[in-house]
Parts: sequence; C-alpha cells; structure tokens
Amino acid sequence: MSPTADLNSSLLPHADPLDGVAVLEGPSGSVAARYGIPLAVLLELTHRCPLQCPYCSNPIEMERASNELSTDEWKRVLDELAEIGVLQVHFSGGEPTARKDIVELVRHASELDLYTNLITSAVLLTRNKLEALADAGLAHIQISFQGSEAGLADRVGGFRNGHAKKLEVARWARELDLPLTVNAVMHRQNLDQLESIIAMAVDMDADRIEIANVQYYGWALKNRAALMPTLDQLERATDIVERARVRLKGILDIDFVIPDYYADRPKKCMGGWGRQFFNITPSGKVLPCHAAETITDLDFLSVRSNHSIAWIWHNSEAFNRYRGTGWMPEPCQSCAFKEIDFGGCRCQAFALTGRADNTDPACALSPLHQSLFNMARDEAENGNKRFIYRNFSGGTLEAEPSENA
Amino acid sequence: METAPAARRRMTVSWESVPRLARGVKLRLDETRGRWVLLVPERVMAPDDIAVELLQLCDGGKSVTAMVDLLAAKYTAPPERIGADIIEMLQDLADSGFLIDGSKQP
Repeated sequence: MSPTADLNSSLLPHADPLDGVAVLEGPSGSVAARYGIPLAVLLELTHRCPLQCPYCSNPIEMERASNELSTDEWKRVLDELAEIGVLQVHFSGGEPTARKDIVELVRHASELDLYTNLITSAVLLTRNKLEALADAGLAHIQISFQGSEAGLADRVGGFRNGHAKKLEVARWARELDLPLTVNAVMHRQNLDQLESIIAMAVDMDADRIEIANVQYYGWALKNRAALMPTLDQLERATDIVERARVRLKGILDIDFVIPDYYADRPKKCMGGWGRQFFNITPSGKVLPCHAAETITDLDFLSVRSNHSIAWIWHNSEAFNRYRGTGWMPEPCQSCAFKEIDFGGCRCQAFALTGRADNTDPACALSPLHQSLFNMARDEAENGNKRFIYRNFSGGTLEAEPSENA
Repeated sequence: METAPAARRRMTVSWESVPRLARGVKLRLDETRGRWVLLVPERVMAPDDIAVELLQLCDGGKSVTAMVDLLAAKYTAPPERIGADIIEMLQDLADSGFLIDGSKQP
C-alpha cells in the first residue's frame, strides 16, 4: 500500500467526472463544470529561442515578441491560476529565459505558493541569473539535451557550443541545490546515444530524466523523415530504459515516452482533451494542448478576452468540442477502450486524416493504421537526414553535411 | 558509469535518522480541494492522513525517535508498537524520493 497517490492519474475525483455520452450532450455549462481545474499548467512565455531544434513543439506560425503578454498580464494570469486552484506552473517557451522578466515572474508565482518549474534550453543562463531564479523560489529546473556529445547535440539544436553550456548550467543547478531534470527528446539520429545520455544524467547528478520520443506535430511533422526511428532502434531503447530503471532505482527517476506510430493502441493524449491540462501561449491563448492550434477549425480564446480562464476552461467551445466521449464517431464510439485512451490524439487525427474527430491513425482500428506503420518504417529506412531548422521564417534546410554525422 | 555521485543518496531510515523533505518537494494545503498535497517535479501527490502527519514532522529537526515519541503520546500508543510501522512508512516515502536525511546535510 502506498501512502501517496499520484493525482495526475485518473484517481482525482473532481477531474474524473461521469463523462458518458448522455452527460456530455447536456448544456455545456453545467456539464463542463464537472471538469475540475487542472493541477498544473504550462505557460509558454515566448516563442523566441536561440535553439532551432527541428522537432520543436511550437507552432510553425510562431508568435512575434510584440504579441507576447506583458509582465503585468502574465502576473495577472498567475494570480488567476492560483486563485482557481492551480498548484504547479511550468514556465516554458520557446526559451522562457529569453524574457527579461523571468525572475520577476518566478518570484510572483512563488509568492502565490505556486510550485514553479523552468523548462529551459539553458544556453542563455548565467550563474547570476540562475542564482536569482533560485532565490526567487524556483522549485525545479528542466534542461533539454539534444545528445550526449557536442557534435550531434549542437547540430540538432543548430546552436554552436550549446551542449557545453548546458553541462555548465547543470553544474550550477547542482551547486545551487536546484532539483534537476534532464529532458532528452529522442529520434532516429540520436537514439543510439540513449545509453550515454542516461549515463550523462547520472554523472551530472540529475534527479530525473525524461526520455521523450518525438511526437509528430508542427515542426516535427515537417521533419518526420529525418527523425523517425527504426523499429529496431525503439526495441533497443525500450530495453535500455528497462535495464536502467532497475540499475538506477533510487538514483535517477526515468520517464519514458514512446512514439505511437509503431504502437497498436493510441496514447491517451493530454490525459484526454480538456480533462486535466491546458497551456497558455505567448499571446495568451488558452489551449487544451500545445499543438491544438494545428486544428485549424477551432477558435481559441485568450486571457485578453473578457472571459476568465476558468470560464474558458469550463465553457469555451474549443474545450468542449472533444471532451469526454460523446463526440466520437465509429470505430471509437463502440470501442471498449474509449474511456481509456479517448480515441488518441485529436491533433494527430487532424494532421493525418484532415478531421480531428477521426480515430487517431496510431490506433490499430483506424483504416489508416497500416499505411502509417509502413510509412514510418520506410521513412526510418530511407529518409533524408537533413533537418529543417525551426525559425521565424518558416524553417531553413540544413546545409549538406561536410562530414558524416 | 553505473555508480552515481555521492551528493544525493536515498536514506535508510533508522531511529537516529532526521528526515526532512527532499529538495523540490513541497507539502502544502490545497485549499481549493480541501486536502494536503505533496508537490514534486512534474507531479502532484495526495498523501493519506497518516502520511501527512508524518511529513509535517519531517522538518529536519526531529529524529525518528522523537517523532515516534510525539505520535505515541498523541495517540496513547506504546512507542515500541508503532515504531516499526512508522519507520516502514518513512522508508516508503524516502524510497519515493520525498525524504532525505537532514542530519547528513551541510
């Protein structure tokens, strides 16, 4: 018996309402009110970032600095989040430290008793800045790594000397006693470094590592042929993770996100649309998922509208469109797993089938599943290795390699 | 590469341990939902009532012996009877990474 329960699972009574068909077909106001405010919220402070990772989760159409919420607007957002019962905020981006007010925002959040997490590339941080963040109450820092050695890592990030800088910041985090998570996004071109990336996380005395295989939306979809792993790589990676979890129990916590193109069952994306997660974009739009704007026929409300965040969560059309199971067509509607995976990912369904309410092609019940699997396998075997780097001008194709990477 | 550095090791709970919350672990009252929560990186946990009571005593200033004495007095139970259970629960919490030994901190 465990003395603690993980509230992010479906154990949370108020976030696990009776969301059968009949219930959700009622008037959206009263029914949606059953969905409790999420415990944690992702705040994308800016889309600006010195790195150009080809799998960035930001939209292709990025928000310019001039559209970003002001310091006062973000502070009001934090006030409102604390007021309605959010407990954790993840400051992300883009690169959140590209905002000059990052220390001020962390301090404001801490003063509201919000647990603050910084998700950063680390390359803009100085020792003084990191110390100021720690002093402002930062509870946890998550640093991205693109590989286990500078050659590949700096190529993936498109940023010279980035890897060395990240290692330096990780050392400072240790000196300042900041809890540290290594965030490693994995794909065909770095999966063979997985073992050494885990060793690197142990060497830097990280508390956790998130090993996340690329999910294919936005920039990553553009770069899918260069990123898609082989089935063989995935099997080896799974084996490496399983062995590391045993070996490093009590030393390094390992989160592992597997890619779904090769799976039979789709992922329970975001824990289900509008059930336990939302994020706020640099310009203040409230989204059910950071990729949601790729679904082009949905309108998302902003914190700059005359609606409260709680109202947007409970009542806005975009949040209610795919809540629960009432919206599902077949084969999802009669599926025994519909309350387990909620039909997978709406953004992926939209990107690959043109309709967000279609079954996610990652599901074996989707008519497109086999062709998706074949396409993934072919791209992994034959895909070009050159990246399209993320930037504000729609992406730049990597130069022909002068040497074999 | 299989040996981790010594800066941060999980503790083995004994009567002499002085547990405190590990860095990045915060215990707070969630007023909206009317219960105590344990905030850790990327997760929010719900400790049960007994765990909350124990975690509140893990302030880095009390030994396990002192904690057991306090609880024994509060619940009028013999320390030797509840001690083993308490140590087991603290070990569970430590194994989950929520506690470190405050007596070994600088």
